[in-house]
Amino acid sequence: MNLTLKIWRQKGPDVKGKLVDYKVNDISEHMSFLEMMDVLNEQLVNSGDEPVAFDHDCREGICGMCSLYINGEAHGPDRAITTCQLHMRSFKDGDTIYIEPWRAAAFPVIKDLVVDRMAFERIQQAGGFVSVNTSGNTQDANSLPISKHAADEAMDAAACIGCGACVATCKNSSAMLFVGAKVSQYALLPQGQVEAADRVKNMVAQMDLEGFGNCTNTGACEIECPKGISLSNIARMNREYLSASLKG
Amino acid sequence: MGILSSSIARKVAMALSALFLIFFLLMHVTINLISVCSAETFNMVSHFMGTNPIIQFVMQPVLIFGVVFHFVLGFVLEIKNRKAVGIKYAKNNGAANSTWTSRNMIYSGLVILAFIVLHFIDFWFPEINTKYILGDMSGLHDGEFRYYHELVEKFHSPIRVGAYVVAFVLLALHLLHGFQSAFQSMGMNNKYSKCVKNFGKWYAILIPLLFIFIALFHHFNH
Repeated sequence: MNLTLKIWRQKGPDVKGKLVDYKVNDISEHMSFLEMMDVLNEQLVNSGDEPVAFDHDCREGICGMCSLYINGEAHGPDRAITTCQLHMRSFKDGDTIYIEPWRAAAFPVIKDLVVDRMAFERIQQAGGFVSVNTSGNTQDANSLPISKHAADEAMDAAACIGCGACVATCKNSSAMLFVGAKVSQYALLPQGQVEAADRVKNMVAQMDLEGFGNCTNTGACEIECPKGISLSNIARMNREYLSASLKG
Repeated sequence: MGILSSSIARKVAMALSALFLIFFLLMHVTINLISVCSAETFNMVSHFMGTNPIIQFVMQPVLIFGVVFHFVLGFVLEIKNRKAVGIKYAKNNGAANSTWTSRNMIYSGLVILAFIVLHFIDFWFPEINTKYILGDMSGLHDGEFRYYHELVEKFHSPIRVGAYVVAFVLLALHLLHGFQSAFQSMGMNNKYSKCVKNFGKWYAILIPLLFIFIALFHHFNH
């Protein structure tokens, strides 16, 4: 198939960017979206132009590196996949495809389609962990019985790969689905409950400090999340936060 | 903003003020509905509401605070959110993942605010003027209670009735998202959430519809 691409090009963080049109021809419908981007970049390199910078790593939907806002949706038009799992069969011959970086003040563009998602790292560092003594006296994990329901919910929350699609798709650039998932995955397990109050307060404080917006419950993040993280995680974070704040 | 410095605290404050106003709407529409059934009873209830010191000097200020708080915080959040977004997308397909009502709460809210200003000019300011500036607490006009007559008079103008209808349609859209959103913000997302959502949809449609019915009833019957 032959396609017209409208891609955001920006030389650096402080340089003004713009959408630039490119033509790519003979694209196979079996290609992944990122392979199509590889074809474009090969074309650009061969003609002496600067290739388009975009994030990618595992290319199997688990690392959370690939991003891209494709035709007005995070990770493109399909559901529960990352951009590397998006295939060109989702598009038609002759289509014009808009490809933009994640947009949020807390995710500044580094170059072209690459954004700085270190804000997520700093939120994690504020409390997204359990302090476990691993000096050899670690308690056997099986000695702490956990209900199937809690284990499943914690696992669902832990499926978050921190790609940032929730922020990118939110009309307010809110990071509450990400933070809600990270708070939940620990809050649901006995190992995480010891530090639960400090964790939620510190992570929410860091989230606010990074300049993410306020959640207005549109639910767009849940729809666009490649891992199907549920809004119930945001509700749990709200409960955890309220409970932690009331306890002082 | 002190206690409202955290994003979750703001979310909960928004939800609490919303739930308070949602409950107030039920009370307001119930009293208005009486005007459709009996002018005499409507006059009695209106006189009680307008002269009872607890309602006038406790409930009324609380209500006004609730309304102002909800609007001010709504605008503050909108400004903060716009700042958090930064550069907008050249192409954004919001309809693919969210409802129009959820994305446009600020606009439905602005129409409701404009309506409240009209509503205050129509009813509240003249009422305050009569009672607390002119000092007439009798509720009488030409020897009869004035409340029903004043209500009916306001619905003569088709333009005003049209404005009321438009405002209540927007209120319905605001509530369609706002009702269930308030519960999610308060941290409620469990097996009862579906029930809350369904109840919220009925509430969001029924209450504004009743207000519209009352306006149209008086317009066409007098």
